[in-house]
Amino acid sequence: MSDSPLTATRAPSSGFSLFYYASPQTFFPLAGKLLWPTWIIAIGLTIAGLYTGFFIAPTDATQGDSYRIIFIHVPAAWMSMVIYLVMAFWCAVGLIFNTRLSFMMSSALAPTGALWAFIALWTGALWGKPTWGTYWVWDARLTSELILFFLYCGYMALQAAIDDPRRADRAGALIAIVGAINVPIIYFSVKWWNTLHQGASVSLTQSPSMASTMLTGMLLMALAAWAYTIGVALVRVRAIMIERERHTDWVRQLGNATAGGSKA
Amino acid sequence: MNWESANHFWAMGGYGFFVWGSYAVTALLVAAELVLVARRMRAARAGAARDVAIERIDAERRGRA
Repeated sequence: MSDSPLTATRAPSSGFSLFYYASPQTFFPLAGKLLWPTWIIAIGLTIAGLYTGFFIAPTDATQGDSYRIIFIHVPAAWMSMVIYLVMAFWCAVGLIFNTRLSFMMSSALAPTGALWAFIALWTGALWGKPTWGTYWVWDARLTSELILFFLYCGYMALQAAIDDPRRADRAGALIAIVGAINVPIIYFSVKWWNTLHQGASVSLTQSPSMASTMLTGMLLMALAAWAYTIGVALVRVRAIMIERERHTDWVRQLGNATAGGSKA
Repeated sequence: MNWESANHFWAMGGYGFFVWGSYAVTALLVAAELVLVARRMRAARAGAARDVAIERIDAERRGRA
């Protein structure tokens, strides 16, 4: 093969297009630029959230200091549900528009979603022991969250088991989209069934049933979890883009830059 | 201020095991994920660079022949 200069792969600049960043070669540098601001925001929010949670929010009258688990537990549970819905959304977009980046986004989110689901279960167990007297109970909220964790694992296992990425994407999309029905079940489980788990402390229709400093700490930690998730998913989607597009010109250009011009 | 001393802080009103057990495992898992994802990115970049290097060597050999 000759060393001919690789042709530029940038889209023509004929005005702004919503789909401009829908291709890996244009999204890759954008994701890279977004990384550092995202990490800085995540770290800042975590420090602010932990400080509020441990040093400003008072000890709870009934639960003592055990309630401070809430600053991880609730953000983790929220993220585990939101990420699954976002994955289902990207898979649906991928199936409809046949855009390969959409499936990469979904794959990039799955491990982090599984992480949050596990953390929600783990912190829930450690919170359940002092408040309910048990680490685990098979009630609707806990069981449906456990199913969510298994759905994440199933999605990742299925994708890993199928060699052809296009088929893996489609199989994974089926789990992501069908499994999304579990998310409203988790959310409404405390209303639909008689559960040991308490009802929502924060909802869109009612004023929250907790001290405002506690709520502030929880929301700061929730935003920190968002920022962390975005940051880690951006890194992972960039890695997946390179892995899957090894044969393309833009990855070759990238490899050229990484290898350096020493041998040229 | 909620805490009279550092000992009070670590004790968490008797719930230290549960509170710190939650925070420690979360911190550990987040750190592990960051390490793994950074490693994956490095491996992907190295793979792309290797592809280019192999192509270059092939091109050089063919040029000499």
